Amino acid sequence: MSILIENVEKHFGTYQALDNINLEVKDGSLIALLGPSGSGKSTLLRVIAGLESADSGRIYIDGEHATNLDVRRRNIGFVFQHYALFKHLTIRQNIAFGLEIRKSPKNETKARVEELLDLVQLQGLGDRYPSQLSGGQRQRVALARALAVKPQVLLLDEPFGALDAKVRKELRSWLRRLHDEFHVTSVFVTHDQEEAMEVADDIVIMNQGRIEQIGSPAAVYDNPSSSFVMSFIGPVNVLSRNTKLFKDGHANGGDLFIRPHDIEVLTNENGTAIPATVDRVIHLGWEVQVELLLEDRQLLTAHFGREKFDALNLQPGQSVFVKPKFTKVFGDSLAEPVAEPVAEPVA
Amino acid sequence: MPSVAPARPSKGIASFFGPPLLITIAVVYLALVLFVPAIAVFYEAFHKGIGEFLKAVGSPAFQSAVGLSLLATGVSVPLNTIFGLCAAWVIARNQFPGRSLLISLLDLPFAISPVVVGLMLVLLYGENGVWFGPTISSWGLKLIFSPPGIILATIVVTLPFVAREVMPVLEDAGPAEEEAAKTLGAKDWQIFWRVTLPNIRWGLLYGVLLTNARALGEFGAVSVVSGSIVGKTQTLPLFVEEAYKNYETQAAFGAASILAILAVITLILKEILERRTAQRGGH
Repeated sequence: MSILIENVEKHFGTYQALDNINLEVKDGSLIALLGPSGSGKSTLLRVIAGLESADSGRIYIDGEHATNLDVRRRNIGFVFQHYALFKHLTIRQNIAFGLEIRKSPKNETKARVEELLDLVQLQGLGDRYPSQLSGGQRQRVALARALAVKPQVLLLDEPFGALDAKVRKELRSWLRRLHDEFHVTSVFVTHDQEEAMEVADDIVIMNQGRIEQIGSPAAVYDNPSSSFVMSFIGPVNVLSRNTKLFKDGHANGGDLFIRPHDIEVLTNENGTAIPATVDRVIHLGWEVQVELLLEDRQLLTAHFGREKFDALNLQPGQSVFVKPKFTKVFGDSLAEPVAEPVAEPVA
Repeated sequence: MPSVAPARPSKGIASFFGPPLLITIAVVYLALVLFVPAIAVFYEAFHKGIGEFLKAVGSPAFQSAVGLSLLATGVSVPLNTIFGLCAAWVIARNQFPGRSLLISLLDLPFAISPVVVGLMLVLLYGENGVWFGPTISSWGLKLIFSPPGIILATIVVTLPFVAREVMPVLEDAGPAEEEAAKTLGAKDWQIFWRVTLPNIRWGLLYGVLLTNARALGEFGAVSVVSGSIVGKTQTLPLFVEEAYKNYETQAAFGAASILAILAVITLILKEILERRTAQRGGH
């Protein structure tokens, strides 16, 4: 079912958590609300769920005006970061909770619970208590519990945030496959851009209570609409505006943004390429990160594939020439870089 | 690299005299202050035989004291349980101006001497009291020097226990499970019975137990508002005091032994509850 959000605003005291939010989530899509902490992404999710009320604006779920509809009547499934399983109930009882509240017949409830235990691959664990399961298993139970009542919309608040890296990776591809099978309209909140890009059809990037950009993972990565988005999604070099090193005339614009993989290194002078010194070489497995020092002492991080790097065979201290393949300048000024030029490759 | 030496015990009193001495001091102290007096109570109550004990316990004054104590406890425990649950929920689940003031106010009955609590009630509701007293007597009611006053005093001194015990448990559990139940369609009363109550049950029981113990044993506040009329406004602790003052040693210790037995039962239950709470917390 589709979700439509119109001009939603939300304050906590004097703090503006949501600032004129407009968003459409298409039926059957899986979207990510991505942003740093305090960007309003969780608040927006809770407003959609009805766990928080908006100060102004309207929300439609499946075309129905739902702004003032009680949580209980929105027919949503909600998954919490810390699972929020009922500790005193077994896994089966947890999954059955919503069905029992709806007074669905006993045999139907029983069948549905088994079906969901099967779906989340926890068949043998139905009679255990949440405290006897691992984090990843608990989150799958939480998902089964939310799905048991066949919600129109599935909302997930940092669902993998409390899990360790390996389990997180497994669960996120599992969630994507689950969605491809059932097509429940889903919105999930994350601060992890890698997670958003891997799982979501569309990414909504939020910052300071506003939506910065909405688009597919490729679109927001290739065509970021603001310096914030460019810095938040993927690794980036930010060179100060007064750099005159790049001769194609950006000197009068804002800061210069260059992705590490958009940097070409030449061992010989060639037209617009500028001189630099290799400062450090860091091997990251299939990718090699090279830190280059420009003549005005600004640091530039470049990423190369292994083959390319081996062909160049760069050594620390070596003098080279640098040429950006693609740069971006934004009208807005970035007060401070949101992300440091990132050392990890985009996996 | 210097190797890390195993930590040596510091050369304080403990290492000089050694633990046995300290343990002996603690045991002797506890014996003098606690164990021997407790045993003495039972000895005095029963050393003339069970017949004398039953005679003391069978007196109408004693039975009326037990009745009044049970009445005061029976009214104040449920009332303070309901109040404590509401107060704990409001404080743990909401942010509002005056929240910390409310928490401090809740502790007031702990901070004020029970005698002062009794005096406040007499001043407010007594026939010669300055505030509501005259109005209440004009309605033909009598609060002070009668059972309602005793119940009121018991309620006041036992007010904080349930709220105090439930609040941290509620805060610890957080609102997420309740919110989860809500998104699954549960109504407020269903959330309370199926999610909130099971989460706080041990803390709640513990609070009720403490309320119960204090209500049965309260002396100071009740003594001021009661007037200690034998057979009418005497609770168990007041009965003990009066009997003792009148040299009715057998009656005094008989009643005292019953209070002591109740205290021991409370302690055992408290121990069990604390263990259950710790187990649940350990998950």
